[in-house]
Amino acid sequence: MMKPPSILPLRLDRVVLDIGGKRVIKDVSATLTAAPCSIVLGPNGAGKTLLLKLCHGLIAPTAGSVTWAGAPCGNVQHAQAMVFQQPVMLRRSVAANIAYALTVRGRPRAEQRARIDDVLARTGLRRFAESPARRLSVGEKQRLALARAWAIEPQVLFLDEPTASLDPAGTRQVEEIILAIHRGGTKVIMTTHDLQQARRLADEVMFLHRGRLYEQTPAAAFFTAPRTPEAQRFLEGTLFPNIRRVV
Amino acid sequence: MDNNGGEETAHACAAKRAGWSGVSDLWSAVESAALLIFTLDSDLVEIVLRSLRVTLTAVTIAAVIGLPFGAALALLRFPGRRLILVALDTLMGLPPVTVGLLVYLMLSRSGPLGTLGLLYTTTAMIIAQCLLVAPIIAALTRQTIEDLWEEYRDELRSLGASTLGAAGTLLWEGRVTLMTAMLAGFGRASAEVGAVMIVGGNIDHVTRVMTTTIALETSKGNLALALGLGIILVCVSLLVAAGIHGFKATAHRWGA
Repeated sequence: MMKPPSILPLRLDRVVLDIGGKRVIKDVSATLTAAPCSIVLGPNGAGKTLLLKLCHGLIAPTAGSVTWAGAPCGNVQHAQAMVFQQPVMLRRSVAANIAYALTVRGRPRAEQRARIDDVLARTGLRRFAESPARRLSVGEKQRLALARAWAIEPQVLFLDEPTASLDPAGTRQVEEIILAIHRGGTKVIMTTHDLQQARRLADEVMFLHRGRLYEQTPAAAFFTAPRTPEAQRFLEGTLFPNIRRVV
Repeated sequence: MDNNGGEETAHACAAKRAGWSGVSDLWSAVESAALLIFTLDSDLVEIVLRSLRVTLTAVTIAAVIGLPFGAALALLRFPGRRLILVALDTLMGLPPVTVGLLVYLMLSRSGPLGTLGLLYTTTAMIIAQCLLVAPIIAALTRQTIEDLWEEYRDELRSLGASTLGAAGTLLWEGRVTLMTAMLAGFGRASAEVGAVMIVGGNIDHVTRVMTTTIALETSKGNLALALGLGIILVCVSLLVAAGIHGFKATAHRWGA
């Protein structure tokens, strides 16, 4: 199969988002390139989810622009996928959930079966293939969401706190899947508030606090010598989360 | 035509004319009703089958109209939408006789659709029942799909589903609730008497259905047939209710 042209880099240019008269994303500018696993790190209510949705094109910025290799959002969504913090499973079997995503993305039915088997095996869900998806445990659902995203082979995968409600074993499984997807050449942009997780996964860290992007730094540098005092305090655990919380 | 005009007075006189005066008469009526049912009395079977045909046709047509209409109302935003929602809620609570009257006026010889010659046919009854049921199905569909959309929106838009595709997906996702809505519609239609009486005319062997026959036969004092049909109507309701529960239980087992 010929590789389609890359939609990266993703460029955010002075992106602002107001919700209900409140500024929840403040003047964020950044460039995300193809290679690194980018972790959006920040306390609860920092605006991480909103930033992800802005990048993915699910919400439009109040001001500023989001462009993919120069193109506006709408044109390239087919090359992206997103796994939500609480993924929605369709009321059908595990395999049919993946088939649905493949059908929506226009993959011919003939090649779906093999693709489904492949991602179910990679995410350890093969024996659940014919089970109702809504009957899965939280961890299995999260893996199915990853399998569904993986199946459509996106260039860019957004992950919104994918392990927020998982136990350590489940977290580990999900992280391994994420790393495998990243190794396969997919750009990963993921939010987390978990410092340890960021250490394990990040190639670069985007530190977000109260809707402002404080820094975008290679992971090694961020964890040893953050440039901003806010990040420093977050690493020390003394940066108190935003009291006036934003959904 | 064996129409039954002064229903009120007829009801009042029924007991007198029938001369039934107590428990033993009631019991004999139950006995003959049971006999009619178990011997599959041809009049009774004919009426039951006609009732089912009219109501099932009406509900099917109402579903074909109501499901997509409700889904469109849930997913699309356009000027006048709120007005339609209010109208729909109004139609939902409309007394059947007024719907019957409206259809009567449309179909009567001097009415706008009078040339079709549909008055006092089962088609007229199907139209009336359809008007009764479609708003229920549309309103419940709108509510169901809107709630589901709230939950599914980001996921479906992220996958890249079109609005039309999303509507189809959500109708399927809400199938249990929507099936219940359709059965509720079936219940309303099959239990309804006023509208089909007005537009159907309760003509023997032509437009007579269970509810209109019960009304007529009771006033005539023929309690056996009325009671027989009454029992069957209750059984239909029971089957519908059992069907809803059975369907929900099966669907639940399948994680729907």
